[in-house]
Amino acid sequence: MYELAEGNAHNVTAVLKIAREHVDAMIAHAREDHPDEACGVIVGPEGSDVPTRFVRMINADRSPTFFRFDPQEQFELYKTMSATGEEIVVVYHSHTSTEAYPSRTDIALAAEPQAHYVLVSTVDSGASEGPISVRSYRIVDGAVTEEEIDVTE
Amino acid sequence: MSVEVRIPTILRTFTGGAKAVHGDGTTLEQVLDDIEARNPGLKDRIVESEALRRFVNVYVNDEDVRFSGGLNAPTADGDVVVVLPAVAGG
Repeated sequence: MYELAEGNAHNVTAVLKIAREHVDAMIAHAREDHPDEACGVIVGPEGSDVPTRFVRMINADRSPTFFRFDPQEQFELYKTMSATGEEIVVVYHSHTSTEAYPSRTDIALAAEPQAHYVLVSTVDSGASEGPISVRSYRIVDGAVTEEEIDVTE
Repeated sequence: MSVEVRIPTILRTFTGGAKAVHGDGTTLEQVLDDIEARNPGLKDRIVESEALRRFVNVYVNDEDVRFSGGLNAPTADGDVVVVLPAVAGG
């Protein structure tokens, strides 16, 4: 079981609609890479705001406190999305020793204003089964807004 | 003919919403200077202290310019420059 954003989000109007298989895939990735941060995207048709295709990305920093997409892998993703008419709908990464809330670095470097930023925290259970939190945010011009996660089957 | 520069979503406020702009030059820096003249403020989001910003990736054709001369990377008519903000955080 995992805890989703509903219990944490207050006064939110935005919603991330996301398939359960994608939530499960983010959690599996976060557990596998613990104690390093895991990262990736879910892309979807441009302008749709619907995440449809899950893509794990390499954390080029392989770090418990930092992540960065590998620049060559990110370029390959860009070329694929250009050809298919997709864009990044969700950017996800894990926090392995802190809560599922954007860090100052996350906020400073957020550069996908159309994206939902999903944080997965493995702080409570590490690589094992156990409580894990998944929360979603918009980060635009340094402003963080939490949003609900609506999981679809 | 000229060099096409693909602009990421977050920088399209500097290009009137355009996804791509065109510039002339035989190096990346010359192309950026040329498009800066028509899109003021854009270059500052890509370049800092006369070098590429650390969290911006730039590719000329299929080459990451960090491995091909940075701002001095050669460009030619018909080339495509792609600017991608790094996806990174802590």
